[in-house]
Amino acid sequence: MAIDPADLQVSDVLVVGAGPAGAAAALAASSAGLSVTLLDEARQAGGQVYRALPAAFVVDDPKALGPEFLAGEALRSSLRASAVDCRFGRRVWLLRRDNDLGFVADAVADGRSERYAARALILCTGTTERSLPFAGSAQPGIIGLAAATILLKSQRILPGRRTVVAGAGPLLAAVAAGIVKGGGEVAAVVDLNSRLDWAKAGLGMLGRPDLLLRGAGWMRRIQAAGVPWLWRHTITAAEGDETGVTAVTVAPIDAAGHCTAGGGERRFEVDAVTVGHGLVPATEFLRALGARLEWNHGNDCWQPVKDTFGRTSIAGLYVAGDGAGVAGAAAAEVGGEIAALAAVDDLKPGAGRQITPALRRRQNAAARFGRASIGLTRVRSGLVAVMPARTIVCRCEDVSRGTLDEAFGEGARNIGQIKAWTRCGMGPCQGRMCGETLSALASLHGIARETFEPMVGRAPARPVEIGCLTGVPDYESIPLPPSLPSS
Amino acid sequence: MLRIDTHISRGPKVTFRIDGQAITAYAGESVAAALLASGLRRLRTSPGGGGRGLFCAMGVCQECVVEMIDAAGASHVVASCQLEVSEGLELRSRTFVDGH
Ligand code: FES
Repeated sequence: MAIDPADLQVSDVLVVGAGPAGAAAALAASSAGLSVTLLDEARQAGGQVYRALPAAFVVDDPKALGPEFLAGEALRSSLRASAVDCRFGRRVWLLRRDNDLGFVADAVADGRSERYAARALILCTGTTERSLPFAGSAQPGIIGLAAATILLKSQRILPGRRTVVAGAGPLLAAVAAGIVKGGGEVAAVVDLNSRLDWAKAGLGMLGRPDLLLRGAGWMRRIQAAGVPWLWRHTITAAEGDETGVTAVTVAPIDAAGHCTAGGGERRFEVDAVTVGHGLVPATEFLRALGARLEWNHGNDCWQPVKDTFGRTSIAGLYVAGDGAGVAGAAAAEVGGEIAALAAVDDLKPGAGRQITPALRRRQNAAARFGRASIGLTRVRSGLVAVMPARTIVCRCEDVSRGTLDEAFGEGARNIGQIKAWTRCGMGPCQGRMCGETLSALASLHGIARETFEPMVGRAPARPVEIGCLTGVPDYESIPLPPSLPSS
Repeated sequence: MLRIDTHISRGPKVTFRIDGQAITAYAGESVAAALLASGLRRLRTSPGGGGRGLFCAMGVCQECVVEMIDAAGASHVVASCQLEVSEGLELRSRTFVDGH
């Protein structure tokens, strides 16, 4: 690969992902006197939750942008004041172990290749949003709840003029309230959970009254705008034209996600839908490095095997934040600090601060809150069971549920067979969008989800232009064989 | 009409083109967001002929890819949610069916 050895950047600790966990980890390791490099795809630190506004925007009233924006600003200013080597706008496409260097990261930045190495690697790569498809859900105008938060918080753009907000979990309230506050119209909130489900989750959240209060504020705003909140409902189908979605049909469901008998269907004309079914740890780099994963029965997803400090099954590799197990931004910050202190202790025993009981208590309270909200987003098998055969599961390759059912019916038992037989998961997203639905479908065919690995961690983890890796050849310098004399 | 203009001021106005159509946007916006704000939801065609557009907004799904035409006329496939608008940017949508 066209990387000059002089361009190799070596530090003691490499942190990938500059959200709350990664930023806190980098700050903690750096204050212990270690050299730290912090990589992120975005141009500024903050991750998805503490997301910054584009640098070209001027913030007139920071307080009005909410507590998460302010927390992000505090994090960004701590990083600026620190010795952490922040390398943002870097797209890491390969992470591997190296006998001499420890861990090596290959990244591209503005079309150039770069290579970083460190003895300790702290992965803080966050989550992917789980999105269970329905008939017509791949159309333009239908976006994720996480996508909607990015549009609202960072781009300051409404998803549409009239939007249905659907799915499960606290993001429903955050997004619907954000749309209303931004002057948009929410046609309805379509929630998989019942009032009682929320009340039960709320009990687990009592340790963080500040966050509960915020949620209550969102609900008040949504109610005041007269938005109907449809408990235990789901979108069953979306209609659209050449340009994208034009309407959705919703229907009541039972606790397992099956549509209840007796109708109750409603139709909403909309130009946007934002829908999501919970967050799951992004595992592609862990898979690529060979770290052990385990099935989380609470959140129906894979997560890394780790000790209470964030040490994974691979020496020198640590995880923190939602990528280590979804628990929310507040827990991520403390988790990042703890993982960094563990890394410091492993590299230079005694150099760092002690992990105090107070720090642990803070982590536990925050994690309890995060876990309570996870209960709301577990996968309902009924939602998957009722998906019509024509529903697109793999967006990249246009593979429908019907095609996948056929492949499972003919005996496909693992992701390799599914890929070879249907092309599902072989597109540029590498199975990140369809993997969750695919493994839920597998379980309908008698394959336990905890035995079905929906994706393989392969480089490049993100699409990169081949020219960035090889350099652009100078065609003049390529020796050409003399052309044959024409006969 | 979709832009929320309270509490912040956007960057200076910039104009870029997609499939020859001029789009007005503001510095700092992503191409995908600027196109959405201009009412352009469909950005490409899937292998089966279906419309596709912005979905994850964070560079993971690749549903929002467009072609960026550089000064030499070469095209680069980029996720439009990860590309910032800039004056004079030339883009082409992938709304053809490539028979793949
Ligand atoms: S919308 Fe997913 S990569 Fe741009």
